[in-house]
Amino acid sequence: MTAPPPDGAREFSFDGRAIAFREGQTIGAALTAAGVTSWRTTRITGEPRGLFCGIGVCYDCILTVDGRRAQRACVTPALDGQIVRSDDPAEALPLTGEVDG
Amino acid sequence: MAEASVYELAVIGAGPAGLSAAVAAAERGLTVALVDAGAQTGGQYWRHPDERHLDAFARPESSGHHHWAHYRDLRARLARAVEQGRLVHLPGRQVWRIDRDDTLLTLRTTPTSGADAADAAAAPERVVRAERLVLATGAYDRQLPLPGWTTPGVMAAGGVQALLKANQVTAGRRAVVAGTGPFLLSVAAGLADAGVEVVAVCDANALSRWAATPLRAIQEPGKLREGVGYAATFVRHRIPLRTRTVVASVAGTGRVSHVTLAKVDARGRIRPGSERTIEADLVALGWGFTPQLELAIGLGARTRVDVDSSLVAVADADQRSSVPGVYLAGEATGIGGAVQSCAEGELAALTAAVDAGRSDDPRARSRLRRRIARGRRFAVGMHRASPVPADWTTWLAAGTTVCRCEEVDAGAVRATVHDLAADDPRDVRVTARPGMGLCQGRVCGFALSCLVAAETGRTAEPIDLEPLAKRPLAAPLTVADLALLADGKD
Repeated sequence: MTAPPPDGAREFSFDGRAIAFREGQTIGAALTAAGVTSWRTTRITGEPRGLFCGIGVCYDCILTVDGRRAQRACVTPALDGQIVRSDDPAEALPLTGEVDG
Repeated sequence: MAEASVYELAVIGAGPAGLSAAVAAAERGLTVALVDAGAQTGGQYWRHPDERHLDAFARPESSGHHHWAHYRDLRARLARAVEQGRLVHLPGRQVWRIDRDDTLLTLRTTPTSGADAADAAAAPERVVRAERLVLATGAYDRQLPLPGWTTPGVMAAGGVQALLKANQVTAGRRAVVAGTGPFLLSVAAGLADAGVEVVAVCDANALSRWAATPLRAIQEPGKLREGVGYAATFVRHRIPLRTRTVVASVAGTGRVSHVTLAKVDARGRIRPGSERTIEADLVALGWGFTPQLELAIGLGARTRVDVDSSLVAVADADQRSSVPGVYLAGEATGIGGAVQSCAEGELAALTAAVDAGRSDDPRARSRLRRRIARGRRFAVGMHRASPVPADWTTWLAAGTTVCRCEEVDAGAVRATVHDLAADDPRDVRVTARPGMGLCQGRVCGFALSCLVAAETGRTAEPIDLEPLAKRPLAAPLTVADLALLADGKD
Protein backbone atom coordinates (compact mmCIF):
# COMPACT_ATOMS: atom_id res chain seq x y z
CA MET A 1 0.00 0.00 0.00
CA THR A 2 2.99 2.34 0.02
CA ALA A 3 3.77 2.18 -3.69
CA PRO A 4 3.71 5.59 -5.38
CA PRO A 5 0.91 6.32 -7.84
CA PRO A 6 1.92 4.73 -11.13
CA ASP A 7 0.42 7.39 -13.33
CA GLY A 8 2.41 10.40 -12.19
CA ALA A 9 2.12 12.62 -9.16
CA ARG A 10 -1.23 14.15 -8.35
CA GLU A 11 -1.20 16.87 -5.72
CA PHE A 12 -3.44 19.29 -3.96
CA SER A 13 -2.46 22.11 -1.67
CA PHE A 14 -3.38 21.86 2.02
CA ASP A 15 -2.74 25.15 3.87
CA GLY A 16 0.07 25.72 1.39
CA ARG A 17 1.60 22.24 1.74
CA ALA A 18 1.62 19.86 -1.24
CA ILE A 19 -0.25 16.60 -0.53
CA ALA A 20 0.18 13.71 -2.97
CA PHE A 21 -2.75 11.38 -3.63
CA ARG A 22 -3.90 8.55 -5.87
CA GLU A 23 -6.71 9.37 -8.26
CA GLY A 24 -9.92 8.14 -6.73
CA GLN A 25 -8.92 8.87 -3.13
CA THR A 26 -10.82 11.32 -0.94
CA ILE A 27 -9.19 14.42 0.52
CA GLY A 28 -9.49 12.84 3.98
CA ALA A 29 -7.72 9.68 2.86
CA ALA A 30 -4.89 11.63 1.21
CA LEU A 31 -4.40 13.76 4.33
CA THR A 32 -4.39 10.62 6.50
CA ALA A 33 -1.82 8.96 4.23
CA ALA A 34 0.33 12.11 4.54
CA GLY A 35 0.16 11.88 8.34
CA VAL A 36 -2.24 14.80 8.82
CA THR A 37 -4.88 13.78 11.35
CA SER A 38 -6.66 17.03 12.19
CA TRP A 39 -7.70 20.07 10.16
CA ARG A 40 -10.34 21.82 12.15
CA THR A 41 -10.71 23.30 15.64
CA THR A 42 -14.00 23.31 17.48
CA ARG A 43 -15.86 26.54 18.19
CA ILE A 44 -16.07 26.33 21.97
CA THR A 45 -13.01 24.52 23.29
CA GLY A 46 -10.74 24.84 20.26
CA GLU A 47 -10.13 21.08 20.13
CA PRO A 48 -8.50 19.65 17.00
CA ARG A 49 -10.73 17.40 14.87
CA GLY A 50 -10.26 15.30 11.76
CA LEU A 51 -11.84 12.09 10.47
CA PHE A 52 -14.23 10.35 12.84
CA CYS A 53 -17.08 8.45 11.17
CA GLY A 54 -15.23 8.41 7.85
CA ILE A 55 -18.42 7.83 5.83
CA GLY A 56 -20.13 11.23 5.64
CA VAL A 57 -22.35 11.04 8.72
CA CYS A 58 -20.65 13.06 11.49
CA TYR A 59 -19.42 16.23 9.73
CA ASP A 60 -16.39 16.36 12.05
CA CYS A 61 -13.95 16.41 9.13
CA ILE A 62 -15.20 19.52 7.35
CA LEU A 63 -12.74 21.86 5.63
CA THR A 64 -12.68 24.43 2.84
CA VAL A 65 -12.19 23.16 -0.72
CA ASP A 66 -11.54 25.69 -3.51
CA GLY A 67 -13.24 28.37 -1.42
CA ARG A 68 -16.30 26.26 -0.67
CA ARG A 69 -16.68 25.89 3.10
CA ALA A 70 -17.92 22.97 5.21
CA GLN A 71 -17.02 20.20 2.75
CA ARG A 72 -16.62 16.74 4.23
CA ALA A 73 -13.04 15.52 3.68
CA CYS A 74 -14.20 11.90 3.92
CA VAL A 75 -16.53 12.06 0.89
CA THR A 76 -14.93 14.79 -1.22
CA PRO A 77 -12.70 13.43 -3.99
CA ALA A 78 -9.14 14.77 -4.14
CA LEU A 79 -8.41 16.54 -7.44
CA ASP A 80 -5.18 17.76 -8.97
CA GLY A 81 -4.49 21.40 -8.13
CA GLN A 82 -7.27 21.72 -5.53
CA ILE A 83 -6.78 24.39 -2.86
CA VAL A 84 -7.73 22.87 0.50
CA ARG A 85 -7.75 24.89 3.71
CA SER A 86 -8.19 23.86 7.32
CA ASP A 87 -11.24 25.35 8.94
CA ASP A 88 -10.92 28.10 11.52
CA PRO A 89 -14.27 28.95 13.09
CA ALA A 90 -13.00 32.37 14.23
CA GLU A 91 -12.20 33.43 10.69
CA ALA A 92 -14.65 35.81 9.05
CA LEU A 93 -16.59 34.57 6.06
CA PRO A 94 -15.26 35.91 2.78
CA LEU A 95 -17.11 39.00 1.64
CA THR A 96 -16.93 38.13 -2.02
CA GLY A 97 -17.59 34.91 -3.87
CA GLU A 98 -19.95 32.16 -2.99
CA VAL A 99 -20.84 31.64 0.65
CA ASP A 100 -22.73 28.52 1.47
CA GLY A 101 -22.62 25.15 3.15
CA MET B 1 -36.89 7.14 -20.55
CA ALA B 2 -38.65 10.46 -21.13
CA GLU B 3 -37.30 13.66 -19.57
CA ALA B 4 -38.80 14.71 -16.24
CA SER B 5 -40.74 11.47 -16.20
CA VAL B 6 -42.42 9.90 -13.23
CA TYR B 7 -40.62 6.69 -12.36
CA GLU B 8 -42.63 3.68 -11.29
CA LEU B 9 -40.11 3.10 -8.51
CA ALA B 10 -37.44 5.18 -6.80
CA VAL B 11 -34.82 3.42 -4.69
CA ILE B 12 -32.73 5.35 -2.17
CA GLY B 13 -29.39 3.73 -1.40
CA ALA B 14 -27.15 1.58 -3.61
CA GLY B 15 -25.73 -0.74 -0.97
CA PRO B 16 -26.63 -4.45 -0.88
CA ALA B 17 -30.36 -3.79 -0.24
CA GLY B 18 -30.92 -0.89 -2.62
CA LEU B 19 -28.82 -2.32 -5.42
CA SER B 20 -30.70 -5.62 -5.17
CA ALA B 21 -34.04 -3.82 -5.14
CA ALA B 22 -33.22 -1.59 -8.11
CA VAL B 23 -31.93 -4.45 -10.26
CA ALA B 24 -34.83 -6.78 -9.39
CA ALA B 25 -37.42 -4.06 -10.04
CA ALA B 26 -35.93 -3.14 -13.42
CA GLU B 27 -35.84 -6.81 -14.38
CA ARG B 28 -39.55 -7.07 -13.46
CA GLY B 29 -40.21 -4.29 -15.98
CA LEU B 30 -40.57 -1.26 -13.71
CA THR B 31 -38.96 2.05 -14.61
CA VAL B 32 -36.52 2.77 -11.81
CA ALA B 33 -34.49 5.69 -10.45
CA LEU B 34 -31.66 4.66 -8.11
CA VAL B 35 -30.53 7.61 -5.97
CA ASP B 36 -27.39 7.18 -3.87
CA ALA B 37 -25.12 9.41 -1.78
CA GLY B 38 -22.12 7.35 -2.86
CA ALA B 39 -20.13 8.19 -5.98
CA GLN B 40 -20.47 4.55 -7.07
CA THR B 41 -22.58 1.56 -6.03
CA GLY B 42 -21.75 -0.82 -3.18
CA GLY B 43 -22.80 1.14 -0.09
CA GLN B 44 -20.72 0.79 3.04
CA TYR B 45 -20.45 -2.99 2.81
CA TRP B 46 -19.07 -3.18 -0.74
CA ARG B 47 -17.20 0.10 -0.60
CA HIS B 48 -14.29 -0.16 -3.02
CA PRO B 49 -11.73 1.99 -4.86
CA ASP B 50 -12.87 4.42 -7.56
CA GLU B 51 -13.74 2.22 -10.55
CA ARG B 52 -12.39 4.85 -12.97
CA HIS B 53 -8.91 4.68 -11.45
CA LEU B 54 -8.38 1.07 -10.39
CA ASP B 55 -4.86 1.09 -11.83
CA ALA B 56 -3.88 3.77 -9.29
CA PHE B 57 -4.42 1.29 -6.45
CA ALA B 58 -1.94 -1.37 -5.34
CA ARG B 59 -4.51 -4.02 -4.49
CA PRO B 60 -7.54 -5.30 -6.43
CA GLU B 61 -10.96 -3.72 -5.79
CA SER B 62 -12.17 -6.94 -4.16
CA SER B 63 -9.58 -6.69 -1.33
CA GLY B 64 -11.08 -7.42 2.07
CA HIS B 65 -14.52 -8.18 0.63
CA HIS B 66 -17.02 -11.00 1.18
CA HIS B 67 -19.61 -12.04 -1.41
CA TRP B 68 -17.72 -10.01 -4.04
CA ALA B 69 -18.89 -12.24 -6.89
CA HIS B 70 -22.48 -11.45 -5.92
CA TYR B 71 -21.73 -7.72 -5.98
CA ARG B 72 -20.13 -8.00 -9.44
CA ASP B 73 -23.22 -9.80 -10.69
CA LEU B 74 -25.51 -7.07 -9.33
CA ARG B 75 -23.25 -4.37 -10.80
CA ALA B 76 -23.33 -6.01 -14.24
CA ARG B 77 -27.13 -6.36 -14.11
CA LEU B 78 -27.43 -2.70 -13.09
CA ALA B 79 -25.29 -1.66 -16.06
CA ARG B 80 -27.51 -3.75 -18.35
CA ALA B 81 -30.70 -2.18 -17.00
CA VAL B 82 -29.18 1.30 -17.50
CA GLU B 83 -28.18 0.42 -21.08
CA GLN B 84 -31.67 -0.82 -21.83
CA GLY B 85 -33.15 2.44 -20.57
CA ARG B 86 -35.11 0.83 -17.74
CA LEU B 87 -33.08 2.34 -14.91
CA VAL B 88 -31.49 5.71 -14.17
CA HIS B 89 -28.62 5.71 -11.70
CA LEU B 90 -28.14 9.02 -9.85
CA PRO B 91 -24.92 8.67 -7.79
CA GLY B 92 -23.41 11.31 -5.52
CA ARG B 93 -26.76 12.76 -4.48
CA GLN B 94 -28.31 12.92 -1.01
CA VAL B 95 -32.07 13.06 -0.58
CA TRP B 96 -32.84 15.84 1.88
CA ARG B 97 -36.63 15.86 1.72
CA ILE B 98 -39.48 13.70 0.46
CA ASP B 99 -43.01 14.99 -0.13
CA ARG B 100 -45.85 12.58 -0.64
CA ASP B 101 -49.38 12.97 -1.97
CA ASP B 102 -51.95 10.39 -3.02
CA THR B 103 -50.21 9.30 -6.19
CA LEU B 104 -46.71 10.67 -6.12
CA LEU B 105 -43.52 10.81 -4.07
CA THR B 106 -41.24 13.78 -4.72
CA LEU B 107 -37.60 13.37 -3.70
CA ARG B 108 -35.42 16.47 -3.44
CA THR B 109 -31.71 15.89 -3.71
CA THR B 110 -28.47 17.78 -3.20
CA PRO B 111 -24.92 16.81 -4.24
CA THR B 112 -22.90 14.83 -1.68
CA SER B 113 -19.84 16.99 -2.37
CA GLY B 114 -19.49 20.28 -4.17
CA ALA B 115 -22.64 21.99 -5.43
CA ASP B 116 -24.99 22.01 -8.37
CA ALA B 117 -24.23 24.48 -11.12
CA ALA B 118 -25.68 27.95 -10.78
CA ASP B 119 -28.61 26.98 -13.01
CA ALA B 120 -29.43 24.18 -10.57
CA ALA B 121 -33.15 24.61 -11.18
CA ALA B 122 -32.62 23.10 -14.60
CA ALA B 123 -30.78 19.98 -13.36
CA PRO B 124 -33.25 17.09 -13.79
CA GLU B 125 -31.59 15.03 -11.03
CA ARG B 126 -32.43 17.62 -8.37
CA VAL B 127 -36.02 16.42 -8.16
CA VAL B 128 -37.03 12.79 -8.66
CA ARG B 129 -40.72 11.86 -8.91
CA ALA B 130 -41.91 8.32 -8.43
CA GLU B 131 -45.07 6.33 -7.78
CA ARG B 132 -43.38 4.04 -5.25
CA LEU B 133 -40.26 4.14 -3.13
CA VAL B 134 -37.86 1.62 -1.59
CA LEU B 135 -35.91 3.07 1.34
CA ALA B 136 -32.60 1.21 1.58
CA THR B 137 -30.78 3.86 3.53
CA GLY B 138 -28.43 1.58 5.47
CA ALA B 139 -26.72 2.22 8.76
CA TYR B 140 -23.60 3.63 10.34
CA ASP B 141 -21.47 2.72 13.37
CA ARG B 142 -23.20 3.18 16.69
CA GLN B 143 -20.99 5.08 19.13
CA LEU B 144 -20.69 5.39 22.89
CA PRO B 145 -18.75 8.37 24.25
CA LEU B 146 -15.74 7.78 26.49
CA PRO B 147 -13.13 10.11 27.99
CA GLY B 148 -10.81 11.24 25.19
CA TRP B 149 -12.90 9.98 22.25
CA THR B 150 -12.70 13.33 20.47
CA THR B 151 -8.90 13.03 20.15
CA PRO B 152 -7.85 12.76 16.48
CA GLY B 153 -6.93 9.15 15.80
CA VAL B 154 -10.12 7.88 17.45
CA MET B 155 -12.44 6.80 14.65
CA ALA B 156 -15.55 4.79 13.98
CA ALA B 157 -14.58 1.24 13.08
CA GLY B 158 -16.55 1.55 9.83
CA GLY B 159 -14.63 4.68 8.90
CA VAL B 160 -11.33 2.92 9.45
CA GLN B 161 -12.56 0.16 7.17
CA ALA B 162 -13.79 2.66 4.56
CA LEU B 163 -10.29 4.17 4.41
CA LEU B 164 -8.91 0.67 3.85
CA LYS B 165 -11.47 -0.56 1.32
CA ALA B 166 -12.06 2.56 -0.79
CA ASN B 167 -8.75 4.37 -0.42
CA GLN B 168 -6.26 1.64 0.55
CA VAL B 169 -5.03 3.92 3.32
CA THR B 170 -4.30 2.79 6.87
CA ALA B 171 -5.49 5.25 9.53
CA GLY B 172 -2.57 4.52 11.90
CA ARG B 173 0.33 2.19 12.72
CA ARG B 174 -0.65 0.73 16.12
CA ALA B 175 -4.35 0.13 16.54
CA VAL B 176 -6.79 -0.76 19.28
CA VAL B 177 -10.16 -1.99 17.96
CA ALA B 178 -12.91 -1.89 20.59
CA GLY B 179 -16.64 -2.02 21.25
CA THR B 180 -18.67 -5.13 20.68
CA GLY B 181 -19.74 -7.52 17.94
CA PRO B 182 -18.26 -9.53 15.08
CA PHE B 183 -17.72 -6.44 12.90
CA LEU B 184 -14.71 -5.57 15.09
CA LEU B 185 -13.04 -8.81 13.96
CA SER B 186 -13.51 -7.85 10.32
CA VAL B 187 -11.95 -4.41 10.88
CA ALA B 188 -9.04 -5.81 12.92
CA ALA B 189 -8.31 -8.47 10.30
CA GLY B 190 -8.39 -5.84 7.54
CA LEU B 191 -5.96 -3.61 9.43
CA ALA B 192 -3.58 -6.50 10.16
CA ASP B 193 -3.61 -7.63 6.53
CA ALA B 194 -2.72 -4.06 5.52
CA GLY B 195 0.33 -4.10 7.82
CA VAL B 196 -1.05 -2.30 10.87
CA GLU B 197 0.00 -3.66 14.25
CA VAL B 198 -3.28 -4.44 16.03
CA VAL B 199 -2.30 -4.31 19.70
CA ALA B 200 -5.70 -5.27 21.07
CA VAL B 201 -9.22 -6.16 20.00
CA CYS B 202 -11.53 -5.50 22.94
CA ASP B 203 -15.08 -6.80 23.12
CA ALA B 204 -17.07 -5.60 26.13
CA ASN B 205 -19.00 -8.87 26.12
CA ALA B 206 -17.92 -12.42 26.89
CA LEU B 207 -17.76 -14.84 23.97
CA SER B 208 -19.82 -17.23 26.08
CA ARG B 209 -22.86 -15.12 25.23
CA TRP B 210 -22.76 -16.73 21.77
CA ALA B 211 -23.45 -20.09 23.46
CA ALA B 212 -27.06 -18.97 23.91
CA THR B 213 -27.47 -18.61 20.13
CA PRO B 214 -29.43 -21.48 18.58
CA LEU B 215 -27.24 -23.73 16.46
CA ARG B 216 -29.55 -23.26 13.49
CA ALA B 217 -28.84 -19.55 13.54
CA ILE B 218 -25.08 -20.05 13.50
CA GLN B 219 -25.47 -22.29 10.47
CA GLU B 220 -26.35 -19.20 8.47
CA PRO B 221 -24.47 -19.67 5.18
CA GLY B 222 -21.11 -17.98 5.03
CA LYS B 223 -21.07 -16.74 8.60
CA LEU B 224 -19.09 -19.66 9.95
CA ARG B 225 -16.60 -19.43 7.09
CA GLU B 226 -16.13 -15.70 7.72
CA GLY B 227 -15.54 -16.40 11.41
CA VAL B 228 -12.95 -19.07 10.70
CA GLY B 229 -11.19 -16.70 8.29
CA TYR B 230 -10.88 -14.02 10.97
CA ALA B 231 -9.64 -16.54 13.54
CA ALA B 232 -6.87 -17.61 11.14
CA THR B 233 -5.87 -13.96 10.57
CA PHE B 234 -5.79 -13.35 14.31
CA VAL B 235 -3.52 -16.34 14.90
CA ARG B 236 -1.24 -15.42 11.98
CA HIS B 237 -0.78 -11.83 13.19
CA ARG B 238 -0.89 -12.73 16.91
CA ILE B 239 -3.73 -10.30 17.56
CA PRO B 240 -4.87 -10.50 21.18
CA LEU B 241 -8.66 -10.70 21.53
CA ARG B 242 -9.66 -9.39 24.97
CA THR B 243 -13.23 -10.05 26.03
CA ARG B 244 -15.07 -8.25 28.84
CA THR B 245 -12.65 -5.42 28.12
CA VAL B 246 -13.33 -1.81 27.14
CA VAL B 247 -11.35 1.28 26.28
CA ALA B 248 -11.73 3.26 29.51
CA SER B 249 -10.02 6.39 28.18
CA VAL B 250 -7.86 7.77 25.39
CA ALA B 251 -5.04 10.27 25.84
CA GLY B 252 -2.84 12.26 23.49
CA THR B 253 -2.06 15.83 22.50
CA GLY B 254 -3.44 16.49 19.04
CA ARG B 255 -3.28 12.77 18.27
CA VAL B 256 -3.91 9.55 20.18
CA SER B 257 -0.78 8.34 21.98
CA HIS B 258 -2.07 6.23 24.88
CA VAL B 259 -5.12 4.04 25.42
CA THR B 260 -6.27 2.75 28.79
CA LEU B 261 -8.03 -0.62 28.72
CA ALA B 262 -10.07 -1.99 31.61
CA LYS B 263 -11.92 -5.19 32.44
CA VAL B 264 -15.66 -4.89 32.98
CA ASP B 265 -18.31 -6.98 34.71
CA ALA B 266 -21.38 -8.35 32.96
CA ARG B 267 -23.18 -5.00 33.26
CA GLY B 268 -20.21 -3.14 31.85
CA ARG B 269 -18.93 -1.62 35.09
CA ILE B 270 -15.15 -1.18 35.13
CA ARG B 271 -13.37 -3.46 37.60
CA PRO B 272 -11.29 -1.12 39.77
CA GLY B 273 -7.57 -1.84 39.50
CA SER B 274 -7.88 -3.64 36.14
CA GLU B 275 -6.83 -0.58 34.11
CA ARG B 276 -3.78 -0.94 31.88
CA THR B 277 -2.36 1.74 29.58
CA ILE B 278 -0.80 0.88 26.23
CA GLU B 279 0.66 2.91 23.37
CA ALA B 280 -1.37 3.25 20.19
CA ASP B 281 -2.04 5.92 17.54
CA LEU B 282 -5.40 4.62 16.29
CA VAL B 283 -8.56 3.59 18.14
CA ALA B 284 -11.40 2.09 16.07
CA LEU B 285 -14.71 2.03 17.95
CA GLY B 286 -17.96 0.28 17.10
CA TRP B 287 -20.99 -0.75 19.16
CA GLY B 288 -23.13 -2.28 16.47
CA PHE B 289 -24.93 -0.01 14.01
CA THR B 290 -27.57 2.69 13.90
CA PRO B 291 -30.04 2.50 11.01
CA GLN B 292 -30.33 5.69 8.97
CA LEU B 293 -34.02 6.50 9.51
CA GLU B 294 -34.63 10.19 8.97
CA LEU B 295 -36.33 9.72 5.60
CA ALA B 296 -38.55 6.89 6.89
CA ILE B 297 -39.52 8.90 9.97
CA GLY B 298 -40.03 12.01 7.86
CA LEU B 299 -42.57 10.06 5.79
CA GLY B 300 -44.34 8.97 8.97
CA ALA B 301 -43.37 5.29 8.79
CA ARG B 302 -44.03 3.31 11.96
CA THR B 303 -40.93 2.45 14.05
CA ARG B 304 -40.04 0.11 16.87
CA VAL B 305 -37.07 -0.57 19.16
CA ASP B 306 -35.18 -3.66 17.97
CA VAL B 307 -33.42 -6.37 20.00
CA ASP B 308 -30.18 -4.36 19.78
CA SER B 309 -31.93 -1.26 21.26
CA SER B 310 -31.76 0.60 17.94
CA LEU B 311 -34.80 2.36 16.53
CA VAL B 312 -35.79 0.62 13.28
CA ALA B 313 -38.61 1.05 10.77
CA VAL B 314 -41.39 -1.55 10.81
CA ALA B 315 -41.73 -3.64 7.64
CA ASP B 316 -44.39 -6.29 7.05
CA ALA B 317 -43.54 -9.79 5.74
CA ASP B 318 -43.35 -8.38 2.19
CA GLN B 319 -41.19 -5.33 3.11
CA ARG B 320 -44.07 -2.83 3.03
CA SER B 321 -43.73 0.06 5.48
CA SER B 322 -46.80 1.48 7.24
CA VAL B 323 -46.91 4.21 4.55
CA PRO B 324 -48.68 3.17 1.32
CA GLY B 325 -46.26 2.92 -1.60
CA VAL B 326 -43.17 3.02 0.60
CA TYR B 327 -41.10 -0.15 1.09
CA LEU B 328 -38.14 -0.85 3.38
CA ALA B 329 -35.08 -3.00 2.83
CA GLY B 330 -31.83 -3.69 4.61
CA GLU B 331 -30.49 -2.24 7.84
CA ALA B 332 -33.36 0.27 8.15
CA THR B 333 -35.59 -2.66 9.18
CA GLY B 334 -33.09 -3.99 11.76
CA ILE B 335 -29.38 -4.71 11.51
CA GLY B 336 -28.94 -8.04 9.74
CA GLY B 337 -25.94 -7.81 7.43
CA ALA B 338 -25.42 -7.84 3.67
CA VAL B 339 -26.88 -11.22 2.72
CA GLN B 340 -30.05 -10.39 4.60
CA SER B 341 -30.17 -6.96 3.02
CA CYS B 342 -29.94 -8.39 -0.50
CA ALA B 343 -32.90 -10.69 0.14
CA GLU B 344 -34.96 -7.84 1.62
CA GLY B 345 -34.14 -5.60 -1.33
CA GLU B 346 -35.19 -8.22 -3.82
CA LEU B 347 -38.42 -8.95 -1.95
CA ALA B 348 -39.22 -5.23 -1.66
CA ALA B 349 -38.84 -4.94 -5.44
CA LEU B 350 -41.05 -7.97 -6.15
CA THR B 351 -43.72 -6.65 -3.79
CA ALA B 352 -43.58 -3.20 -5.38
CA ALA B 353 -43.93 -4.84 -8.80
CA VAL B 354 -47.02 -6.76 -7.67
CA ASP B 355 -48.52 -3.61 -6.12
CA ALA B 356 -47.85 -1.82 -9.40
CA GLY B 357 -49.96 -4.43 -11.19
CA ARG B 358 -47.14 -6.57 -12.60
CA SER B 359 -47.39 -10.34 -12.52
CA ASP B 360 -46.60 -12.04 -9.24
CA ASP B 361 -43.92 -14.65 -8.62
CA PRO B 362 -45.28 -16.23 -5.42
CA ARG B 363 -42.58 -18.92 -5.29
CA ALA B 364 -39.76 -16.40 -5.47
CA ARG B 365 -41.43 -14.30 -2.83
CA SER B 366 -41.93 -17.17 -0.40
CA ARG B 367 -38.34 -18.34 -0.96
CA LEU B 368 -37.15 -14.82 -0.06
CA ARG B 369 -39.44 -14.66 2.97
CA ARG B 370 -37.94 -17.92 4.29
CA ARG B 371 -34.44 -16.64 3.57
CA ILE B 372 -35.16 -13.43 5.48
CA ALA B 373 -36.64 -15.28 8.46
CA ARG B 374 -33.51 -17.43 8.70
CA GLY B 375 -31.26 -14.38 8.48
CA ARG B 376 -33.31 -12.67 11.13
CA ARG B 377 -32.75 -15.57 13.54
CA PHE B 378 -29.00 -15.18 13.09
CA ALA B 379 -29.24 -11.41 13.57
CA VAL B 380 -31.20 -11.79 16.82
CA GLY B 381 -28.57 -14.25 18.09
CA MET B 382 -25.84 -11.79 17.18
CA HIS B 383 -27.60 -8.90 18.91
CA ARG B 384 -28.18 -10.96 22.07
CA ALA B 385 -24.48 -11.94 22.09
CA SER B 386 -23.27 -8.38 21.59
CA PRO B 387 -25.42 -5.96 23.58
CA VAL B 388 -24.39 -2.46 24.59
CA PRO B 389 -23.44 -2.96 28.26
CA ALA B 390 -26.27 -1.92 30.57
CA ASP B 391 -24.15 0.37 32.76
CA TRP B 392 -21.84 1.88 30.14
CA THR B 393 -22.73 5.42 31.21
CA THR B 394 -20.69 4.82 34.39
CA TRP B 395 -17.55 5.26 32.21
CA LEU B 396 -18.33 8.90 31.63
CA ALA B 397 -16.59 11.66 33.56
CA ALA B 398 -18.52 14.93 34.03
CA GLY B 399 -16.32 16.56 31.42
CA THR B 400 -16.61 13.78 28.82
CA THR B 401 -17.99 15.16 25.56
CA VAL B 402 -21.28 13.50 24.59
CA CYS B 403 -22.29 15.65 21.60
CA ARG B 404 -19.20 16.18 19.45
CA CYS B 405 -20.78 18.92 17.31
CA GLU B 406 -22.09 21.21 20.01
CA GLU B 407 -19.48 20.13 22.60
CA VAL B 408 -22.01 19.23 25.30
CA ASP B 409 -20.52 17.09 28.07
CA ALA B 410 -22.05 14.41 30.26
CA GLY B 411 -22.15 16.78 33.24
CA ALA B 412 -24.29 19.25 31.29
CA VAL B 413 -26.70 16.50 30.21
CA ARG B 414 -27.04 15.20 33.77
CA ALA B 415 -27.52 18.71 35.14
CA THR B 416 -30.30 19.32 32.62
CA VAL B 417 -32.12 16.24 33.87
CA HIS B 418 -31.63 16.97 37.58
CA ASP B 419 -31.68 20.74 37.83
CA LEU B 420 -34.02 21.65 34.98
CA ALA B 421 -36.30 18.60 35.24
CA ALA B 422 -35.86 17.64 31.62
CA ASP B 423 -37.15 14.07 31.62
CA ASP B 424 -36.81 12.81 28.06
CA PRO B 425 -34.08 13.08 25.40
CA ARG B 426 -36.05 15.67 23.45
CA ASP B 427 -36.28 17.99 26.45
CA VAL B 428 -32.57 17.62 27.10
CA ARG B 429 -31.83 18.26 23.45
CA VAL B 430 -33.68 21.56 23.24
CA THR B 431 -32.32 22.70 26.61
CA ALA B 432 -28.63 21.74 26.58
CA ARG B 433 -28.37 21.44 22.76
CA PRO B 434 -26.81 17.97 22.42
CA GLY B 435 -27.71 16.61 18.98
CA MET B 436 -28.39 20.08 17.55
CA GLY B 437 -25.17 20.48 15.55
CA LEU B 438 -24.23 19.63 12.00
CA CYS B 439 -24.71 15.87 12.38
CA GLN B 440 -28.15 16.45 13.93
CA GLY B 441 -27.73 13.81 16.62
CA ARG B 442 -26.75 10.98 14.29
CA VAL B 443 -23.64 10.28 16.36
CA CYS B 444 -24.81 11.05 19.91
CA GLY B 445 -28.56 10.31 19.67
CA PHE B 446 -28.38 6.75 20.96
CA ALA B 447 -25.87 7.61 23.70
CA LEU B 448 -27.94 10.59 24.76
CA SER B 449 -31.07 8.46 25.10
CA CYS B 450 -29.11 5.96 27.27
CA LEU B 451 -27.71 8.72 29.43
CA VAL B 452 -31.11 10.32 30.01
CA ALA B 453 -32.63 6.89 30.71
CA ALA B 454 -29.87 6.18 33.25
CA GLU B 455 -30.65 9.48 35.01
CA THR B 456 -34.44 9.22 34.93
CA GLY B 457 -34.71 5.45 35.37
CA ARG B 458 -37.08 5.28 32.37
CA THR B 459 -36.09 3.23 29.30
CA ALA B 460 -36.22 4.99 25.95
CA GLU B 461 -39.28 4.10 23.82
CA PRO B 462 -39.88 4.89 20.14
CA ILE B 463 -41.65 8.07 21.24
CA ASP B 464 -38.38 9.18 22.91
CA LEU B 465 -36.10 8.03 20.10
CA GLU B 466 -38.03 9.25 17.08
CA PRO B 467 -37.50 12.97 17.80
CA LEU B 468 -33.73 12.29 17.90
CA ALA B 469 -33.90 10.89 14.36
CA LYS B 470 -36.47 13.40 13.07
CA ARG B 471 -34.72 15.90 10.82
CA PRO B 472 -36.80 18.33 8.74
CA LEU B 473 -33.80 18.52 6.41
CA ALA B 474 -32.31 15.05 6.05
CA ALA B 475 -28.98 16.51 4.92
CA PRO B 476 -27.36 19.93 5.41
CA LEU B 477 -27.91 21.98 2.29
CA THR B 478 -27.22 25.38 0.88
CA VAL B 479 -29.49 28.36 1.28
CA ALA B 480 -29.62 28.42 -2.52
CA ASP B 481 -31.31 24.99 -2.52
CA LEU B 482 -33.97 26.23 -0.11
CA ALA B 483 -34.48 29.41 -2.10
CA LEU B 484 -35.27 27.36 -5.21
CA LEU B 485 -37.87 25.45 -3.21
CA ALA B 486 -39.47 28.70 -2.02
CA ASP B 487 -39.46 30.11 -5.56
CA GLY B 488 -41.23 27.00 -6.81
CA LYS B 489 -38.53 26.67 -9.45
CA ASP B 490 -38.49 22.91 -9.41
